[in-house]
Amino acid sequence: MSSDGRSNGLRITLTTIVALIVAIVPLPEAIRSARPHLLLLLVIYWSLSAPRIAGLMFAWLCGLAIDVLKGTLLGQHAAAFLLVAYLTHKFQLRIRIFPIYHQTLTVFMLLAVYEFVVFWLDGIIGPAVTTWLRWLPVLTSAALWPLLVAVLDTWNRGRR
Amino acid sequence: MVTLSSDSRPIIGRGPPLGLRFFFLAVFSIVVMVLDHRGGYLETTRSWLQTAVNPLYAVVQAPFQAWDWLTGSFTDRAQLRAENTRLNDELREARVKLLRFDALSEENRRLRAIRNASQGIGERTLIAEIVRVDVDPYRHRVRINKGSDDGVFKGQPVLDAFGIVGQVTRVDRVGSEIILISDNEHAIPVQVNRNGIRSIAVGTGDIHRLSLPFLTIESDVKPDDLLVSSGLDGIFPAGYPVARITKVERDPSETFAVVEAKPLAQLDRSREVLLLWFEKSTEKPATVDKPAAAPASSARATNAPAEGASPAAPAASQPAPPAAGATTPASAASAPAPAATPTQPPPQ
Repeated sequence: MSSDGRSNGLRITLTTIVALIVAIVPLPEAIRSARPHLLLLLVIYWSLSAPRIAGLMFAWLCGLAIDVLKGTLLGQHAAAFLLVAYLTHKFQLRIRIFPIYHQTLTVFMLLAVYEFVVFWLDGIIGPAVTTWLRWLPVLTSAALWPLLVAVLDTWNRGRR
Repeated sequence: MVTLSSDSRPIIGRGPPLGLRFFFLAVFSIVVMVLDHRGGYLETTRSWLQTAVNPLYAVVQAPFQAWDWLTGSFTDRAQLRAENTRLNDELREARVKLLRFDALSEENRRLRAIRNASQGIGERTLIAEIVRVDVDPYRHRVRINKGSDDGVFKGQPVLDAFGIVGQVTRVDRVGSEIILISDNEHAIPVQVNRNGIRSIAVGTGDIHRLSLPFLTIESDVKPDDLLVSSGLDGIFPAGYPVARITKVERDPSETFAVVEAKPLAQLDRSREVLLLWFEKSTEKPATVDKPAAAPASSARATNAPAEGASPAAPAASQPAPPAAGATTPASAASAPAPAATPTQPPPQ
């Protein structure tokens, strides 16, 4: 039991580091604004799959890491991550048994909530960027969800 | 469908309930945001956190550096020779220009001594490399690989070979963040090189465009005019090229003309930038209390040089928080008219 918990913790750490790198790796100009929120997807995934390890605090810290890496207001992304993690935890028993397309739709809505919170806080602290391109990552991230679930589920089963 | 790990028992009944934890963390986030935004109380915390995540930047950087090294070490001889010839030519041209520059700067110094104004003398530069990480596609901020360990300070001007790039907004031990002049939260006081008309160039969020919202329709500007920094903010040294006017539109029914300019610095292409230490004007501007008419942030920008006393200790000489200095938020800049002029010290 405890060894399983530890290996899960290790997996969470590894995937988090990869996601943080994905958050800042330079992309070609054309697809820059479509960069998926991989870290947020991971937070949702681990909140569903290992809710005792990946709690609200984990989500908050991930958001803070994004704030630090991107140089935004400290706490901005942290708050958005927190809200998404809260909703995920709240409805985890339901979301977990959804069929994959239904789940993707839910994740899409969670991502929209996240993007909205970030946008809203942006607007409070200064002139926010109002281009529609801002919402593109919601689409790309949601499209990535089935793939992420497939990969991580295979990994989890293989290791168990 | 997400697989459930064996360790995920229901979380209800263990520790404080979910809602309560959410509430506490949410309140904490809000407190952190307010502290960071309103007071800048978290400068040191952020600097530490930034230093802590620096290995991540290094990891992202590594493949690019390896590629640079590879291409650098395997360029062929002909190419190197061609480059060498070209560089020699450029150096020769630059030397010739420098010959005149020496005489001119000496003359300038004497003239300034007569006028009792010392500015832009005693400059020191340091080359920094732009770290290849994307932070945010909508905010024009970049990271460079020099930090407080190298003496970089907040509000320091950053240039490249063609003009002003931006200024330093955040510093940690090994790196710092610079805001480009094209960021929509940045504004820089400029003057038209041809006739000395002062104004403020505000970033638009478009890397090829600055806007000059405070030029009246009567003002004498025309396309292709060179804009240089006026140095009135006490952050940027005077006389460095900033942008070239691309568009002037005068609508007789409006008070202000629509003026746009293109930054001269290669904001999207340069990989190396120049950090500048320059001796700020030692004389204090005549007034410290600004008339209430001046927009708050530009008034603060004016007062910055008065406080930035000793250039010998650059790290200490930057009192202005990020909102002050030349980084006037666009909202503040849209306040009363020629925001350029309040920065002018009235004659004694």
